[in-house]
Amino acid sequence: MWLVPFPVLVPLGVAAILAAPGRHMPRRLADGIALSAAGFNLIACWVLLAHARIQPIVYWFGGWVPKGGVAIGIDFAVDPLGAGFGALSSALVLAGLVFSLRYFDSVGAMFHALMLVFLAALCGFALTGDLFDLFVFFELMSAAAFALCGYKSEELGPIQGALNFAVSNTVGAFLILIGIGLLYGHTGALNFAQLSRTLVAPDRVAVAALVLICSGLLVKAAAVPFHFWLPDAHAVAPTPVCILFSGVMVEAGLLGVARILGAVMSHPLHDVLPHLRAILVVLGAITAAVGGLMCFAQRHLKRMLAFSTVSHAGIMLAGVGALTGPALGGAALYVLGHGLVKSALFLCAGIVLHRYRTVDEIELIGRGRGNPRLGMMFGLGGLALAGLPPVANYFGEAKLDDALRPLGLHGATWVFAAAAVLTGGTVLRVTARIFLGVGPKQEDIPDVGGMHTENPETRPSPHTPFSMWFPPAVLLAAAFALPLLFDLRAAAEAQAHRVLDTAGLAAHVLRGAPMALELHDQPVHPPSLARAVVICALALLLATVTLGRRHLPRPIRVLGAALAAALEAIRKLHSGHIGDDIAWLTFGVAAFGTACIVLLR
Amino acid sequence: MSVYGFLPYALTAWLFGWGLYGIVSSRNWVHLCICLAIVQSSTYVLLLGIGYRLGAAAPVFAQFSASTAAVDPVVQALMLTDIVVEATVVALLLALAVRAHQSTGSLDPSASCEMRG
Amino acid sequence: MSGGARAVLAGLGIAGVVFVILWGAVDLPAVGHYLGPYGDVVTPLAVFARHSTDAVSAVNFDFRGIDTLGEEFILFTSVLGVTLLLRQSEEGAKGEGESEDRAQGRPTPSTGDAVRSFGSGMVGLLVLFGTYMVTHGTVTPGGGFQGGVILATVPLLVYLSSSAEIFERIAPRRLVEAGESAGAFGYVLVGLFGVIAGVEFLRNVVPLGKTGTLTGGGTTVLLNLTVGLEVATGFVLLMLAFVDEALQRRRRAQR
Repeated sequence: MWLVPFPVLVPLGVAAILAAPGRHMPRRLADGIALSAAGFNLIACWVLLAHARIQPIVYWFGGWVPKGGVAIGIDFAVDPLGAGFGALSSALVLAGLVFSLRYFDSVGAMFHALMLVFLAALCGFALTGDLFDLFVFFELMSAAAFALCGYKSEELGPIQGALNFAVSNTVGAFLILIGIGLLYGHTGALNFAQLSRTLVAPDRVAVAALVLICSGLLVKAAAVPFHFWLPDAHAVAPTPVCILFSGVMVEAGLLGVARILGAVMSHPLHDVLPHLRAILVVLGAITAAVGGLMCFAQRHLKRMLAFSTVSHAGIMLAGVGALTGPALGGAALYVLGHGLVKSALFLCAGIVLHRYRTVDEIELIGRGRGNPRLGMMFGLGGLALAGLPPVANYFGEAKLDDALRPLGLHGATWVFAAAAVLTGGTVLRVTARIFLGVGPKQEDIPDVGGMHTENPETRPSPHTPFSMWFPPAVLLAAAFALPLLFDLRAAAEAQAHRVLDTAGLAAHVLRGAPMALELHDQPVHPPSLARAVVICALALLLATVTLGRRHLPRPIRVLGAALAAALEAIRKLHSGHIGDDIAWLTFGVAAFGTACIVLLR
Repeated sequence: MSVYGFLPYALTAWLFGWGLYGIVSSRNWVHLCICLAIVQSSTYVLLLGIGYRLGAAAPVFAQFSASTAAVDPVVQALMLTDIVVEATVVALLLALAVRAHQSTGSLDPSASCEMRG
Repeated sequence: MSGGARAVLAGLGIAGVVFVILWGAVDLPAVGHYLGPYGDVVTPLAVFARHSTDAVSAVNFDFRGIDTLGEEFILFTSVLGVTLLLRQSEEGAKGEGESEDRAQGRPTPSTGDAVRSFGSGMVGLLVLFGTYMVTHGTVTPGGGFQGGVILATVPLLVYLSSSAEIFERIAPRRLVEAGESAGAFGYVLVGLFGVIAGVEFLRNVVPLGKTGTLTGGGTTVLLNLTVGLEVATGFVLLMLAFVDEALQRRRRAQR
């Protein structure tokens, strides 16, 4: 299948061409070329997705096919999860480029070149079947991300955000590299399929490498306590870049964890799999809780959305960590839904910044009264975050809920429900404040200092241009429409089973043996409709209670004040100092490592 | 495993640990970049240690026959990638440090804590 | 967090990380006893199937060529990023009226004749050595990356031994930017030879020359050249970006 390397090659080649004239290329030409490249990627990934549904496509670069079970070259093992991830990345890059068409201050074609390199790296990361190649695309993604994050380099906020982001993720990359070194020294292989063939018994090297590689990837995936860089980076990056960070970059870390666990580790760790599951699901629950609470406490719109990404990433991590077909399928659906909804919300926040020149929730009270379209998108996005049916992440969460029950980890789903209530409720609170003008004019959680807003990134305009409100509308519509148009639930679960079928995948990659495709019967009733409706209702209730807290009876107000004080303590831990971030990072690796060593021996 | 056989792995852990400590306690962005380079050099030691073979030659056969025992060329290629990655990340970080100094007049990380909470 | 609390937290964390690395490394084969199949399979293939006596180059550009594509573009992206981050806005940087490129508070001696003549003399030698490294990548240790870095030090040497104006004259920004894009795109183009010939990307479809000569290695030779161009121009652009800030201030003061 000749098309396989092109989702990586086309954006890279076009980026190289765009960077040649540098800042002297006319803006319209750069926009046109970049949009065409992103559009091509979307179509190419869609075609690969369709072909990979039957059998994963294996493409050996340089023609170096494996000899005697030893992989000599690098391969792209395209499965629908990877190709779907590539398609989602292309769609989000396309949305970001359309959003920045007018008024966004771009330095010639350099912004477009960086976005295209980012896209190429995401596609390469999703499609590759080689461990070191995964690392190379991880670093390419990071390099483009650091530059894009610090884009508005005249202000201090973006510089701080980019520095914290760069140092944290680079330490994570070094952890991955040490893990790769350990695995290579032990097995002499770098190809996922060959590694899974060679690692047949659980041993120290496998566990140590698992800890290190997963920790590095979880830094990218913003699991607590590796998450401190994410809100700093999101609050200051340009809006089109934020949607990529939240929509696909964080999820790329989770895809990497899924690949490592599924393709490499689940076989040697078979006996101790329940313990590994428990560790990862608990980690996901903690992340969801901390993310949700911190999201509720914010007044900077983008920082609030960033913390909600942390929270939802925790839910997705639990899906990945549960290591069963239904759970991984649920996580894949959740990634799709969350990516589309969160991107729409970030773009709406970008429109708010463009029209009202601030993203401070308190300053924006009532200013959105004349803008019902934006208000509706915000409100719909908030309900979608809470899991309003039939949005894709509703199906994902329902599947995850069903998958965790037989594993005995059902308690975690209560935490996930609470996180959805918190994040959805916060966005609804913001919507009511900005677009209805209700609510107290002081913040809900005591302030701990720090920036509450950012400088506008676009030239002002009297009305919101079509190129700005069209992408979020399309993304939101897609989030609701895609599960209705395609039967995603069955497909996601079947393909997830394939990702976890280590032996079958190894045989297919190394020898070309065809893989079996299992299709389970779908449940007759719509998944957990009542649960989703209750969560949405609770989110609305939370927003109402927060905004109308002056009218509450006194005992509830006292309780609220106590909770706010507790929340303030957590907020103070997020000091923005890089030393603190890395200290928490090392502590997290040590804790994760200790848990794995004790439980997985 | 003999002491000499384990020594490079111990060196890896040593460099990694001290580099991380340097990053956490750093009061200067340029110092922090150099500590990152130290952490990276621990990965070089690990990779090269893994590929080494006692008494074998370098994997370059310009002057002797191709059947001579050689060390692993793959880790050396991996390390090449590693070096390029490090150089580029340090370049980006130093550019950001220059900007931070322009903004705040100081290279101390504590001076750039504008975003918190 | 206070410095003390941070030190305790980091101390626990670093101790844990170090323990994980050591605990895992105990079961690795001792250093000096490389076992794995990958290196042993690849080394004879490099010499006999790809006519390249430098196995590391063959691994880099042939067996794992797509990795090197990614690596080359990491350099490309970082250079692009640094140029973007250090760009000076039109309103101008905080002009302190410094008319010389020097560290504050320290007098800079002018470059003496000995430094200038030594620098100029070394330029020829370095260009020769760098070109030798790039072109002999498939024969002896070296290659595009190594040779490219050596070539990139030439303008840096000129900057250090003479002045910034001469540095800007021998490395005009537009030409260097064009060279970098050409190097990056050239790698993709050489890889596409395979696709055009109907086989996989990065397949070695160029005639393989004689082992041990400059032509041995097929596409590896071409890839070495493109990478050498890209790395050299990339690092020169990095230097230009960092020096530009000081140069702009000087030019503004002179106007």
